[in-house]
Amino acid sequence: MLCSFLFITACIENAPLDSLSPAGPYARTIDDLFWLTFWIAVVIFFIVQGALLFSVFYFKDSPDKPEPKQIHGNNFLEILWTIIPVIILASIAVPTVRTIFDLAREPEDALKIEVIGHQWWFEYKYPDFAITTANVLVIPEDTPIRLEMWSNDVLHNYWVPKLNGKRYLVPGQKTYLNLHADNAEEFWAQCGEYCGLSHSKMRGRVLSLSQSDFDSWVMNQQKNAANDLDQNSLAYEGQQVYLNAGCTQCHVIDGVWDVQGEQIAPNLTHFGIRNVFAGAALKNNPENLTKWLANPAQIKPGTFMPNLELTEREIEALIEYLGTLK
Amino acid sequence: MTKIIEPKKQRNIFSRPSSETGIWSWITTVDHKRIGIMYGYAAFFFLLVGGLEALLLRIQLSQPDNNFLSAAEYNAMFTMHGTTMIFLAIMPISAAFFNYLLPLQIGARDVAFPRLNALSFWIFIAGGLFLYSTFLFGTAGAPEGGYLDEEVSRLASAPNGGWFGYQPNAGLKYSPGTAMDYWAIGLQILGIASLVSAFNFITTILNMRTKGMRLMRMPVFTWMTFAVSFLLAFSLPIIAIALFFVTFDRQFGTTFFLTEGGGDPVLWQHLFWLFGHPEVYILILPAFGIVSEVLPTFSRKPLFGYPAIVFAGFGIAFIGFGVWAHHMFASAISPVAQAGFGLSTMIIAVPTGVKIFNWLGTIWGGKLTLNTPMLFALGFIGMFVIGGLSGVTHSVVPADTQQTDTYYIVAHFHYVLFGGALFGIFSGLYFWFPKVWGRMYNETMGKIHFWLMLIGFNVTFGPMHWLGLQGQVRRTWVYAEETNLGFWNLIVTIGAFILAVAILVFMANWIYSRRKGEKAPFDPWDARTIEWSIPSPTPVWNFSKAPEIKSLDDFWHQKYGEDEDGRAVRREGTDELLLKLEEEGLNPDEEIHLPSPSYFPLILAFGLPFLGYAIIYKSVPLALVGVILLLIGGFGWGTEPLEEEFETSEENPDAKESSTYE
Repeated sequence: MLCSFLFITACIENAPLDSLSPAGPYARTIDDLFWLTFWIAVVIFFIVQGALLFSVFYFKDSPDKPEPKQIHGNNFLEILWTIIPVIILASIAVPTVRTIFDLAREPEDALKIEVIGHQWWFEYKYPDFAITTANVLVIPEDTPIRLEMWSNDVLHNYWVPKLNGKRYLVPGQKTYLNLHADNAEEFWAQCGEYCGLSHSKMRGRVLSLSQSDFDSWVMNQQKNAANDLDQNSLAYEGQQVYLNAGCTQCHVIDGVWDVQGEQIAPNLTHFGIRNVFAGAALKNNPENLTKWLANPAQIKPGTFMPNLELTEREIEALIEYLGTLK
Repeated sequence: MTKIIEPKKQRNIFSRPSSETGIWSWITTVDHKRIGIMYGYAAFFFLLVGGLEALLLRIQLSQPDNNFLSAAEYNAMFTMHGTTMIFLAIMPISAAFFNYLLPLQIGARDVAFPRLNALSFWIFIAGGLFLYSTFLFGTAGAPEGGYLDEEVSRLASAPNGGWFGYQPNAGLKYSPGTAMDYWAIGLQILGIASLVSAFNFITTILNMRTKGMRLMRMPVFTWMTFAVSFLLAFSLPIIAIALFFVTFDRQFGTTFFLTEGGGDPVLWQHLFWLFGHPEVYILILPAFGIVSEVLPTFSRKPLFGYPAIVFAGFGIAFIGFGVWAHHMFASAISPVAQAGFGLSTMIIAVPTGVKIFNWLGTIWGGKLTLNTPMLFALGFIGMFVIGGLSGVTHSVVPADTQQTDTYYIVAHFHYVLFGGALFGIFSGLYFWFPKVWGRMYNETMGKIHFWLMLIGFNVTFGPMHWLGLQGQVRRTWVYAEETNLGFWNLIVTIGAFILAVAILVFMANWIYSRRKGEKAPFDPWDARTIEWSIPSPTPVWNFSKAPEIKSLDDFWHQKYGEDEDGRAVRREGTDELLLKLEEEGLNPDEEIHLPSPSYFPLILAFGLPFLGYAIIYKSVPLALVGVILLLIGGFGWGTEPLEEEFETSEENPDAKESSTYE
């Protein structure tokens, strides 16, 4: 059981949501605590199952076996196996309680980012830099991050297994989660709480960059999208599709179009540099975009993005335009 | 046999049902044994339905990005799988055991309120049918403003907010249609069934014990029935209120759980788990009771530390009310609450550990008969320990924030509720099979069932541990190929089909043995408790005369004494004693009057689903039908005496009085 457990866990290689390969201090603290508990559990497992199997084989009925002694109980033993578990549990309880408070504390000099849950994608806002983006959370490496989170509709649950445990996103309430990535690396995120039809497709990416790369990413994000496209280009045609087909009902492209009121769809200003879209359910490539734009509800059942009945030409143009939004 | 006595005629809405055989005799019965059997069959039917739903889920998950079910169908199936298994399968199967065995174990002729018992059964049936009628009449769809690519199929027209119905997702805006109303009102109806039987069992245990059956002489199964009844009585009102809130939110526009109206979605979580965690013990304690009967019997030793096992059971039941927020460690609760509930969750492991060690103490040094019920009881210990240990890892709050909402949790609670509760239930089904049917089950098929189930169970739920730790999130219709979880999901699906085969073997054995099984001897297991001191199948009057209890495991001590080494020695004259008991058990020497059958519980119960439909469809005629059925049931019941009055025959003027049971 144990060997197979360790063997098999090791066997699932490159599981991007692996909670047992921590890549930052928060996840590592949790990992240490899990393994401490795990090994204690393993010892108890072998004692109990050993006693069980031993009894089955050794005390199995056989014809010459005399009637057993009628033992009704033993106070000493019973007190012993009440107290020993209490001591074992106390030894787990102390580090548990300490870690709970450590994980909840706001780190000093943390970068603050807001995470807003929507059915079915995550929106990110960087109040310090006035940036709004979606699906891909970009963070600097080796820097503590403080996420301030809430939901725009139902309960969601933000989970980047390699960086920390989960935390719910609740409508009307703020919750907090700390992240800290050791190195520049891409991580997977996933909504943990059942949030309706396309819960399974509410995914995300966390991209940790070196400080200089992060700084240039911020600089780039703060720019508006270009509004001086060559009128004979396919991209310009795509921009016209964006402006006229109905996309502007929900999607903002800074410098091109602003949506009044609350944003219910991802900000597309820098869509072209995000490697995933549609709640990170799809990789950002022309093939996937074609499928998505032709019929969003087929990819994400229940989605709030309507099928705009775009022609093939319109889709082609729109994809070209989205590609320019770097 | 008893003499046939003509009942006096009495007027009521309907004349008293009089069939003693055939379908009407079952429909109108108030006999706890028949009600228990009906509970068992109905619950097993729902177990099969819930199992089929699980197989559909597993086919969908057998490979990444699969398209066997649509998202809407998948969500409906996992919601119905959970709801069915908890409320329509495991709880009522436990109720089947309570009903059948409780009066027999305390030496009573029936439960305290036989018609209430029938009412509880029929409300359960009415509630189950009401809930499942969602597949015929219910509607579901995308959240307000969302789009679906295809029409919602009948399979998807079922509740889809999860068995836990988290708000606001299960609210009207995000789960439009009537399906979630079927869920909320269906559970409300099922809750009434459980509440009714809880009070019935509490009263029965307190008032109907035979002479000498002091509390600390009661079999552990009876004790666990007692504990479960209290759990039901205290936890169901909480969910009832919460479900009313949901129904009000959905039907009448209140905002108990809606942020935009000043409500709080986290409140639902607290209320739900304040019920939901005791519910876990409602599901598992009956199995604790069953194995506490089976292990001593087949070890030929008394239960090790009977008082400790009893008190640990009540300890678990009590602490079980103080651990609910461990289902919410990732939710909006403070670190202080996390620490508090983490600690209380660790504490509950202590009485659970006491039980496990005491069971091991029971088999230690015994003389073990490894037949099917014993194998299931031993399997129960082995599997439950795994579930218990993974449970301890959840009490470590930071670790739980990684595990919660993943398949690691799915693995954990299936080890507890399938490897635990269901293995215990199968143990009990085999153990009491001869008592109920008077025939023996087929041992070879029983053992095949056990081994298939043990293997299938571990192949299904074992890999879920690492699937969860590797990041497979629960309630997900599809998972991406890049997560590299496909291989083990396929193995899990194969395991699920092994389990299905195991269930088929069980059913074949049951059907065969019911008809063709060997006749059961009087005391097939050389058992310990008094239900084995009466003939099998149990005579309709249970005990021909009230037994008098002199000790714990009274029947065993009638048969066995102890020598100076403390080894069991069969008393002289035990064979004669058994013959005498069988003879007496079949031939009561006085007239025995049993509660008479009645239509009214059935009528009353079937008023409730009409009221449910009336709320959903805002229909006055349906409400009237419901109210009329309730009134007929209630008034008829009230004016109908429990037993028909009998002419006392002249030769035996005391007959009526002496048959009154203490």
